[in-house]
Amino acid sequence: MSIPTNRRRFLAYLVAAPTLTVAAKIGTAEPALAAVPTPPAPADLLDLGDILILAGAPTANLLTLTVDEDGGATLHLPRAEVGQGITTATAMLVADELDLPLALVRVVLDDARPELLFNQLTGGSNTIRSVYRPVRTAAAAARARLVAAAAARWGVPATTLRTEDGAVLGQDHRATYAELTRDAARTDLGPTTVTPKSEHRIVGTPTSRVDARAMVTGRQRYTLDLDLPGHPTMVRRPPTINGTVRRVHNAEAVKAMPGVVDVVVVETGVAVLAETFGQAQQGKDALEVSWNPGTVDDEDDDTIRRKLRAAALPFVVPPLLTQYQDAEFDFAFVSHAPLESNTAIADVRADRAEIWAGLKSPIVAQQTIAAELGLPQHRVKVHVVQGGGSFGRRLFFDAALEAARISKAAGRPVKLLWSRIDDMRHGRTRAASHHKLRATFALGNVLTFEHRVASVETDFGHGLGEILTATAAELPVGGNLSFAQTVFLTTIKSPYHFGVTTQLLNEVPLRMHTGSWRSVYSANTRGAEEIFVDELARRLRRDPVAFRRAFLKTARQRAVLDKVAVEGQWGKALPAGFAQGVGFHEEYKSCTACLVEIDARDRAHPRVTRAVIAADYGLPVNPRGLEAQLLGGLTDAISTTLTAGLHIDRGLPLEGSYSQFHYARQADSPTDVRIFIMPPSGEPGGAGELGVPAAVGAIANAYARATGVKPRSFPINFPVDFEPFPR
Amino acid sequence: MPTYSFTVNGETVTVDAPADLPALWALRDKLGITGPKYGCGIDVCKACTSHIDGEAFNPCVTPVAEIAGREVTTIEGLADGDVLHPVQQAWLEQDVAQCGYCQPGQIMAAVALLRRTPDPTDAEIDAIENVCRCGTYFRVRQAIKRAAELMRS
Repeated sequence: MSIPTNRRRFLAYLVAAPTLTVAAKIGTAEPALAAVPTPPAPADLLDLGDILILAGAPTANLLTLTVDEDGGATLHLPRAEVGQGITTATAMLVADELDLPLALVRVVLDDARPELLFNQLTGGSNTIRSVYRPVRTAAAAARARLVAAAAARWGVPATTLRTEDGAVLGQDHRATYAELTRDAARTDLGPTTVTPKSEHRIVGTPTSRVDARAMVTGRQRYTLDLDLPGHPTMVRRPPTINGTVRRVHNAEAVKAMPGVVDVVVVETGVAVLAETFGQAQQGKDALEVSWNPGTVDDEDDDTIRRKLRAAALPFVVPPLLTQYQDAEFDFAFVSHAPLESNTAIADVRADRAEIWAGLKSPIVAQQTIAAELGLPQHRVKVHVVQGGGSFGRRLFFDAALEAARISKAAGRPVKLLWSRIDDMRHGRTRAASHHKLRATFALGNVLTFEHRVASVETDFGHGLGEILTATAAELPVGGNLSFAQTVFLTTIKSPYHFGVTTQLLNEVPLRMHTGSWRSVYSANTRGAEEIFVDELARRLRRDPVAFRRAFLKTARQRAVLDKVAVEGQWGKALPAGFAQGVGFHEEYKSCTACLVEIDARDRAHPRVTRAVIAADYGLPVNPRGLEAQLLGGLTDAISTTLTAGLHIDRGLPLEGSYSQFHYARQADSPTDVRIFIMPPSGEPGGAGELGVPAAVGAIANAYARATGVKPRSFPINFPVDFEPFPR
Repeated sequence: MPTYSFTVNGETVTVDAPADLPALWALRDKLGITGPKYGCGIDVCKACTSHIDGEAFNPCVTPVAEIAGREVTTIEGLADGDVLHPVQQAWLEQDVAQCGYCQPGQIMAAVALLRRTPDPTDAEIDAIENVCRCGTYFRVRQAIKRAAELMRS
């Protein structure tokens, strides 16, 4: 097997991390008896999440937890909440460790804190993995100090005291944390011993979101709900991606429109500031603008597909003396399309600036905006606001940067809203990809397994969340492509003993707005593999579940597969046009299996009717939240496998709203979903992205079994069934 | 500029606005009522779903002139003080929300459905077209069924 040259760069990149000592967790692989063992892939040894944890390790203890005078505690979390439930899960960690009712724990999202370096990036399913120990340690330290303060006050040994329900208790005493917190802050208490608990009271218990009540009463505030000064602002954008303004013909006429306050030209288009967003929209629509070309004006789906096919690296194993199976797959571009479109508030003054937005990489946002405005970094305050969905989208701070530029140009604070059409056409996308797979086999064993992925380049320009790695991602030599290789190699691995296994990525750089989309490379890459595994099983006349069981590497993996097979009654009789399908995925130390039933009697409108999912997260902190993440992953898979994608036409996506980009609705969603979270088996694994790839495989496999048609291009039903909006 | 008076969540309000200003922006930008959300502006995603005279409507495509003299209820006006509407209660029980952005619209659509149809079938629930990009649909369905139970008892 040839070693790809990029592997060398990948290793060089990794050894720059503080330590590699955690990289040796390979003892868990127990080969299936008859299978040809596959040596561990890089992602088996050290995954992207591990790298993020290592990168964050030197600053992990800069977390701030305060015990407040009302007896509650406040955790300042240097991450972005966008619906994934991390504020609830971290509040549970604090409540458990501090013996405090959950309702008394507040979690606030930290402003950009450049001293955290790599430790303020929300991505890679990494939050709970990276903060699990630091948050518990911080809370344990707080509890120890409260106990020490009570011991000093009562003149008794700390070892005779215990904590319960927000109070320290001795034999004859009781004091609440509210009464003790000032004493506990004294520096003359002496050293305290800090040991996070080994037994959990709240962690592992199904818990509802801490912000659920605010959400159902309309009180949850997103960026544009904040009561701050700023003119509603929208931007007229070019007819093709990255086009620029040549000339505005009627700026004065638009400025004279009712409610319009100002019209300014920025790098990305023409901004209209108004009294209301309705008037800003009318103003931008009334603008007459001549445009310079964009960066991909000559590209459409056909040209891009041709480039991807040409870029797919060759297989190593020639199909000479062995039996073999090949397959190729194509995946369309997909919009992130969070329901809260791209928004930001910016107030730029001569000597300072203040920004509010949903930001998963606020440090690099702060650094970039400061450089752009010509201000020292510390004069730019960046607030992280809870976001209305992300799915990877808010790794990019383009709205914040654009709002800052507009505010500077107009000399006023602005509230920026991207229209849905602009969000879909000029926002970020999951990159389109082409997949070539080959397996050789003999005597019922798979001898080699090769997967060549050719993808439009995925932009990792946000780096690890601060300017150094963000700049590295922009460098012409290596740059984004080596960053992409690192992400690919640290996330993509095969869970099966399929002999010599190679999974290689080759990216085609196109100057479009791509970005990580929930599960990054895995949705397509592992999704395609799960479809291929079914086809391989069929070729070898094996049942898809039995085949996977025989080649999975560990008992833990087989347990989730067995769970869905039993609970979903794998193999039960179904009417014609209905079928079951199964998929498996392992990533970031978690694993999952998904079993669906599909009604494909109408091939143009198939519906997933039932789903059974099982997942092992090592330590499930909040099972109810994890079930929510799996439900979301399932809906993402239903959408992108069956109906949701973007067509590129002359340098712009045709789709401009949810009437055209067919993300699932209630009528596309199953009426029966059962989710099983496996009992604890270790420390927390990744959660937010795990659900997508297995469900992609399960749905495509069910469709193939129901219709007899092997799906090759995704989404499966993808007509241009709409009149595109004007450019 | 013309002025329009209407009732929002039981309170009479008056706004100065052009007749064709979508009611969504009158609510959000003029009155500071931010529960109804912008998601598409063309009555497709339904994130702004609210009620007018007790029926679901989408303020993103309803000119403010059309709501003059009428009774508007947004998500903020659904609960009776601290006592949640049974649909909101069911939403909490099922822990429906993820990012939460579409949920005011989902809840207002569900309340309207349950007013028309106290015991909706799956097919009737399927007719709710509100987009949830987090994909909470199954929990939305469960919560509507639970709310129907709560409202019967």
